[in-house]
Amino acid sequence: MLKVLKNPAHRAWLVLIVATGITWYLGEIGAYGTAAIVAMLVIAFIKGRLVILDFMELRTAPWLWRILLEGWLIVVGGLILLAYWISLK
Amino acid sequence: MIPAMTEATTSPAPNQPRLPGDLAIWIFILAEMLVFAVFFTAYAFARAKDPALFNECQMTLDRNAGAINTLLLVTGSWFVVLAVQAAHRDDKAVIARHVALGMLCGAGFLGVKVVEYAAKFGAGISLSTNTFYMFYISLTFFHFMHVILGMVILSVIWNQARKGAYGRENCHGLESGAAYWHMVDLLWIILFPLVYVMR
Repeated sequence: MLKVLKNPAHRAWLVLIVATGITWYLGEIGAYGTAAIVAMLVIAFIKGRLVILDFMELRTAPWLWRILLEGWLIVVGGLILLAYWISLK
Repeated sequence: MIPAMTEATTSPAPNQPRLPGDLAIWIFILAEMLVFAVFFTAYAFARAKDPALFNECQMTLDRNAGAINTLLLVTGSWFVVLAVQAAHRDDKAVIARHVALGMLCGAGFLGVKVVEYAAKFGAGISLSTNTFYMFYISLTFFHFMHVILGMVILSVIWNQARKGAYGRENCHGLESGAAYWHMVDLLWIILFPLVYVMR
């Protein structure tokens, strides 16, 4: 079992499945408002980063590509957060 | 062209930074991601104008279908990573099988989405129902088209892999297709919480 988790792809898959379950559960219990929004965006960021680094294999890519894709996640997440913050005003 | 890895190690730890696949596919991926970034932001700001409507209509969406589809895309991506890893260690027999399993997950995604659309359209919901449904249908359908394109790319790769085209010395095509498939997954990872869950 632990040997299996040495493969970053297996590790990433496991975290992605669990994280999806958490987002689904937050929906099931009807979580809303600032804390729920921030939690879901943080989960989406962690998931997106795992896909970029371990699935797309950009962990060992030139830094420019990591910045472009991880930067996309941060910018998109930030803009969504801004829009939701405005809606809560 | 970047020379293929020649080390016989099982763990791919190249000393030189290396972008998997062709540069062109990454430029294409970036362009696609920019378009989706505009769509995601447009959705979020349109919602800010009428949160009550968006919250109410969001309740009608099938969250279970959205979550199952996330699991399908994540697992489909995982299978394709395993295909790329198999190519890196020159395990040619495994490549085609894993690409096929990735496609199976993609087909599952499309099937779930068709059922979901049938239920929505059957309930009389259309693009013109209101702003929320306009975004829900256009955003998810635009993504749906990308899953289909991803499936087309994977089917070409699967066909090549069956002929033994990919291995340690030649994995650029496989890596390029894999990168596109992961992008489809990455986009859904934002789309699912944004449209189905966040309120």
